[in-house]
Amino acid sequence: MKKVFHSAEQAIDGLIFDGMKIAAGGFGLCGIPEESIAALKMSGIKNLIIASNNAGVDDFGIGLLLQSKQVKKMISSYVGENSEFMRQYLSGELELEFNPQGTLAERMRAGGAGIPGFYTKTGVGTVIAKGKEHKDFNGQTYILEESFVADLSIVKAWKGDEEGNLIYRKTARNFNPVAATCGKKCIAEVEELVPIGSIDPDHIHTPGIFVNRIFVGKHEKRIENMTLSE
Amino acid sequence: MWDRNQMAARAAKEIKNGMYVNLGIGIPTLVSNFISNDINITLQSENGMLGMGPFPTKENVDPDLINAGKQTITELGKTSYFSSADSFAMIRGGHIDMAILGAMEVSEKGDLANWMIPGKLVKGMGGAMDLVSGVKRVIVIMDHTNKNGESKFLKECSLPLTGKNVVNSVITNLGMFEIAEKGVKVLEIADGSTIDDIKKSTEAHIIN
Repeated sequence: MKKVFHSAEQAIDGLIFDGMKIAAGGFGLCGIPEESIAALKMSGIKNLIIASNNAGVDDFGIGLLLQSKQVKKMISSYVGENSEFMRQYLSGELELEFNPQGTLAERMRAGGAGIPGFYTKTGVGTVIAKGKEHKDFNGQTYILEESFVADLSIVKAWKGDEEGNLIYRKTARNFNPVAATCGKKCIAEVEELVPIGSIDPDHIHTPGIFVNRIFVGKHEKRIENMTLSE
Repeated sequence: MWDRNQMAARAAKEIKNGMYVNLGIGIPTLVSNFISNDINITLQSENGMLGMGPFPTKENVDPDLINAGKQTITELGKTSYFSSADSFAMIRGGHIDMAILGAMEVSEKGDLANWMIPGKLVKGMGGAMDLVSGVKRVIVIMDHTNKNGESKFLKECSLPLTGKNVVNSVITNLGMFEIAEKGVKVLEIADGSTIDDIKKSTEAHIIN
């Protein structure tokens, strides 16, 4: 089946519905699927449950979907940079589930790998452990965390080919590879679509089997915290 | 009394040749300014980078290259990049030698609170819970007392925990401390401070 689409709008067509679960790649504003987010906003779908490490800023990234009140619940590790998020959360309009960052990454990885849950030391003795199964291994206590499977993953890569093979660039990789695996469907937006065979097979980060649709996007790549030497 | 830079410099002395180290946001970030040129260490950034370089010049800014504080950063010859799952495999799998973090409260048993004040805006724990539960040695840098002069070094933390029994060492403006079996051991006293100053400002049980 042909995987290449010509726009984000076309790529999401037929894959979205109200109340769906979405996994999004990105860390802060780095490596976020900018165009898929914008297309989801335009589509007007509602009550989204989004697993994403952060929630963007007020006017960029997932912040755009918060602005238009399309998000019912966020699953994130850190949401500090978004005042609209805080307003909606404090007024009870938005649900929030904090996950430790490594737990969130592992929930996506496990979800993509068909593993329903895993034990981790992270969060033992904290509010995160409340109501979760505790189990000792070799004298250490661990808690059971459940994996995350999304209806749709949206990821951003540097280069991709028509098979959906992806390569990420520098720290823009972050959550993208694990988010790509945990979606029942996955849409990848890339800076450059290259001919099949032009990516060295040894250098592919996400094999095309995980990617259903791919399109070339124009990316603003906004910098959240410009810090210079001196 | 040590200032921010002196606390960071003291922490830097704990970093030994060959170590893989994760530095938290705030004073811990300053630690990298005091690492001796004679040793070779590797800084990990939990968003997916080993071998973090200095901040860039204006010409070298790359939006695809940031640290966990979302600051623009540079790479080194030895740098590697990886996914968040691999990054936390390093952290949770015990492959990182040391994490240096800030704190709101530390208890004499090594409990750490640094992510949440009930009733105030909560930003999230980020990678802190993973770091304190997985990294081999956890060093906290914090002021010894809060703005009201109350000890932040306590018998029990009052704030929600980031981790239980996870802190190994604490560096404050008054000195350096180790969380030992039966309480807190004073390892070093800051210039101009005395053991009596420390005892007066510390709720935790001091065993010296």
